[in-house]
Amino acid sequence: MEKASEYAATPAVKPKAASSIRSRRSGLTGIAERAMKYLFTLCGVTAVACVLMITIYMIISGAPAIGKIGILDFLFGDTWYAKNEQFGILPMILTSIFGTLGAILIGVPVGLFTAIFLAELAPKALKNIVKPAVELLAGIPSVIYGLLGAMLIKPLMYDLEEMIFANDPTHKFTGGANLASAIIVLAIMILPTIINISENAISAVPNEYREASYGLGSTKIQTIFKVVIPAAKSGIASGVVLGVGRAIGEAMAIILVAGNSANMPSLFSSVKFLTTGVVAEFAYSSGLHREALFGIGLVLFVFIMIINLVLNGILKSGKKKEAKAKK
Amino acid sequence: MTKNDTQNSLCKKHIRISDIILKALIFLCSAVVVAMTLGMIIYIAVKGMEGMSWTFLSTPAFSYPYENYGVLGNIINTLYLVVITLLVATPIGVGAAIYLTEYAKQGRLTKIIEFTTETLSGIPSIIYGLFGSVFFYNIFKLNYSILAGALTLSIMVLPTIIRTTQEAIKTVPLGYREGAIGLGAPKWHMIRTVVLPSCIDGILTSVILSIGRIVGESAALIFTAGIASELTSFDSIADVFTKVLNQGGSLTVQLYQYAQRGGSEMKYAFSTALVLLVTVLIINICAKLVAYRVRKKRS
Repeated sequence: MEKASEYAATPAVKPKAASSIRSRRSGLTGIAERAMKYLFTLCGVTAVACVLMITIYMIISGAPAIGKIGILDFLFGDTWYAKNEQFGILPMILTSIFGTLGAILIGVPVGLFTAIFLAELAPKALKNIVKPAVELLAGIPSVIYGLLGAMLIKPLMYDLEEMIFANDPTHKFTGGANLASAIIVLAIMILPTIINISENAISAVPNEYREASYGLGSTKIQTIFKVVIPAAKSGIASGVVLGVGRAIGEAMAIILVAGNSANMPSLFSSVKFLTTGVVAEFAYSSGLHREALFGIGLVLFVFIMIINLVLNGILKSGKKKEAKAKK
Repeated sequence: MTKNDTQNSLCKKHIRISDIILKALIFLCSAVVVAMTLGMIIYIAVKGMEGMSWTFLSTPAFSYPYENYGVLGNIINTLYLVVITLLVATPIGVGAAIYLTEYAKQGRLTKIIEFTTETLSGIPSIIYGLFGSVFFYNIFKLNYSILAGALTLSIMVLPTIIRTTQEAIKTVPLGYREGAIGLGAPKWHMIRTVVLPSCIDGILTSVILSIGRIVGESAALIFTAGIASELTSFDSIADVFTKVLNQGGSLTVQLYQYAQRGGSEMKYAFSTALVLLVTVLIINICAKLVAYRVRKKRS
């Protein structure tokens, strides 16, 4: 009786009987089996250990500086001047936030439209051109974006700057190394993330939705914007959040175009991001200065963790909705 | 056909201006993306050829005096980084994927592992760099070295390997496993002889994707593997191994240095970019080939 109920309760792949056979297996095989099981468990836990270690070490190395400088002075101080031991990172925080927002404002519409093209409108021949291009865009190393930004976007922005501020004697010219250039580079960099994830989300919308919409007489474009996109909302949102994460954490692509002085963010002033501040100063920093850079790292880490939690929340609510829809 | 039908039918085709504008925007955006990518590649190819020569590829750069321009030292460093990182990360990543799909019961632990894997993939490379520079210094007393860089990168590519392998293992039909277990094979034996061979392509894909990430990485390496570009002489076999304890700048780091110094060295930055770009292209093609093989096998 007991045996029978056991069989009924467990799936056929892992019958209890098999484990009893295995336990009888003696000698090397048994040892190897058990050893491998522990080994795999260990591998599985490695990721957890890494995240724990990174969190602990970021706090250990970042917190002392924040303590010494004072958390309010550090986070809300508006001057960053290492020589005078003035470590206020508000300009960098704001630059990172505005830079990311700007990149999202440009990158999301372009990325979303391209995703719509790939998922809904593109004939196969065109799709075979656009898709590899996007894949390649994703594979290009970030320093190369920086290099291209420095060679192509910087001069363009300088021209624009000269045009806008031609009659403004108070403006400090940046030579094109400013927030606007950085935003454009970041916008291009987050495109592949947004395109890929949005495209998957749009393709996953069931065809019945579209058919129902056509049946009611709507055009293809109406269907896309009124039915398909709202249905793919949570997937697109997770793409946007991933893009935010990528933009806020990017360093090498913008260090050559952002100008690197810790000014309050405005489109045409030389700025320092949280990330570029660390990269630019790490090599020659020492003492409290270096500790402060780790403090910046900790702030960035907290930002990223918040973004991760938001992303997790979006994915979870998306799954719940899916489950509901299936019912 | 359907278009003509509606045009001739009683509901005369109503042209919506908003439709046309949106459609134009969609096409425009896609065209911009393609044109941009192509433009970038052509620009790098043209600019990169200026400084490209056999000497550039076959000599190392010296950090002082800045007279010799070359990338051989960096190519070798990058190869070292790729090999060591894969040697460390692939077994752990594949093991983790096997644990998650074959051993773990759905529960809190698997959820935590999956959440942390997501988290790892979201952490920006500069944080890895900062972490690696303190952690490996504190634990292993490693200064700037290729080994420290490779270990840092191993953590970075772990999520890629875990996730891709996991997906591949999931596609192995349950029947295979049942067959093996029915024949009395114990679990590890079943995994080794049935599961792993049938998802080897998936593991290969994860390795190729990881190579792409390693080759393109820069921020995590500056503070861990350093910026040296000299060629170490290989006098004995021991040198091959002791090199990992020396500084070694990757191609990307060298590119950054050339670009930062600017001026006449800018063209060498582009030549380095060209080397990187060709590598990335080759990696992309390899990934495509593997994916094609998988699809062919399935059908």
